[in-house]
Amino acid sequence: MKYLLLVYSPEDAWSPEEWTACTVKSTEICRELAERGEFIDASPLHPVATATSVRLRDGARLVTDGPFAETREQLGGYFLIDVADLDRAMAIAARLPAAEKGTVEIRPLFRLEGLPSPSADR
Amino acid sequence: MSGDSETIRQAIDRIYRDQGRRIFASLVRLLRDFDLAEEALHDAFAAATEAWARDGVPEQPRAWLVSTGRFRAIDALRRRHRLDDSRDDLLRLREHLAEANAARSDQEIEDDRLRLIFTCCHPAIDPSVRVALTLREVCGLTTEAIATAFLVPVSTMAQRIARGKQKIRVAGIPFEVPSGRELLERLEHALAVIYLVYSEGHAASTGAELRRCDLTDEAIRLGRLMVDLLPAPESLGLLGLMLLQESRAATRTDDRGDLILLEHQDRSRWDRSRIAEGLALIERSLSTRRFGSYTLQGAIAAEHARAETFEVTDWRRIVAIYDALASLHPSPVIDLNRAVALAMRDGPTAGLEAIDAILDRGELTEFHRAHAARGEFLRRLERREEAIASFERALAGTRQEAERRFLAEQIERLRNEGG
Repeated sequence: MKYLLLVYSPEDAWSPEEWTACTVKSTEICRELAERGEFIDASPLHPVATATSVRLRDGARLVTDGPFAETREQLGGYFLIDVADLDRAMAIAARLPAAEKGTVEIRPLFRLEGLPSPSADR
Repeated sequence: MSGDSETIRQAIDRIYRDQGRRIFASLVRLLRDFDLAEEALHDAFAAATEAWARDGVPEQPRAWLVSTGRFRAIDALRRRHRLDDSRDDLLRLREHLAEANAARSDQEIEDDRLRLIFTCCHPAIDPSVRVALTLREVCGLTTEAIATAFLVPVSTMAQRIARGKQKIRVAGIPFEVPSGRELLERLEHALAVIYLVYSEGHAASTGAELRRCDLTDEAIRLGRLMVDLLPAPESLGLLGLMLLQESRAATRTDDRGDLILLEHQDRSRWDRSRIAEGLALIERSLSTRRFGSYTLQGAIAAEHARAETFEVTDWRRIVAIYDALASLHPSPVIDLNRAVALAMRDGPTAGLEAIDAILDRGELTEFHRAHAARGEFLRRLERREEAIASFERALAGTRQEAERRFLAEQIERLRNEGG
């Protein structure tokens, strides 16, 4: 089953050293997952200060500077995995360094037929 | 060899009653879907009525029913698949079914029940949903019966159960007994669900509302199942605790439904067979030295059960067990219970000091039992006005009818004493 692990944490909770350590550890975990055939994709995100939100209201495009919701914990990255079941997904989530400072939300992917394959990495 | 149809019908009814949920658990493992499994279960029993009347009851009826249910489900899936070719999850399920070994030994069928318990009590499911799912799927209670027991509308309970089943299916909660380190943590979740069922039934049976002791029976049945399937120290401890508490059920309230304190209960009416079974379970768990808080709570209940009169209760030992409990799981409620035991051991002044220490920490200040216990110690110390004030605070904080009457009576008596 495919799951998206969404990593939420307060952006100010990380010192630059901690953030670097987090990316090193996360990369290791991704390598390990890849060896088991469980890894699809992962990436950290730039801070919400760089976010742009778009809404269409009565045909008009509304663009705002900032995230979809101003909350203390913000989406900071994601992992897309393909594993046997929720227990396996939970075990992986619990190992992510981000789980120590924030929350990892596990969402099963809805299988939508007819989607094209992803474009090759450029 | 064919039997007469009445005998066959009775045999099928008996198997449905005694083994239905076991067969269901195996079908859930094979089909990985509660609704499909429920359907397959009914199809299998319907098929048995016909086939067994013709060929007689098979040697292994349980395996026959599991296997028949599985084939019926494959047929149903094939029909559904033909209607909807794009559903490749159905195709994968059929492949899985073809590989899975349906004809299992009895032991493996028992394991399927344990799998089902762990699935229904999975931490990714909301606690109130875990309780409902366990009663529905493991115990086989109807949605109506569960709704009545929890005093919620049937539609609410039906939604709760549907939500749980959907979560299991969509989120990919496995039908597996967890292994290794995970097992202990997950066992705790399963035992907590069982104790929640028990507490719900227990609390209601001392209230003025409907008697809901069905829940305490169901919890004890689940507790026995856990002891059979996974006799870990805390499984033993929980069943022991429930049996010991339940041994006093008949003496806890009077004819009007008013509370009778432990001190005034008629000990000759305590259920001796439950006490004997409970004591043995607690002893067994204590001897493992790997016990936890259910066993320790059971050990306290065991001290009361052993005491022939209230006067000979071993309060020294009870305080010591509370100390062990508090060091294992620090909690202000345990501190409160310890204060009550301490008052019995060392007198009301010691109890009062212990409760005031909890309240001074800002804990339990809104908990009616803390004020009721405080009122009782003050009454014993003949500090009448302060006792009345504490009982009044307790009265303001409880909604349970029997407790309200009890507290109001205490206040009334103290007022009369004052003249």
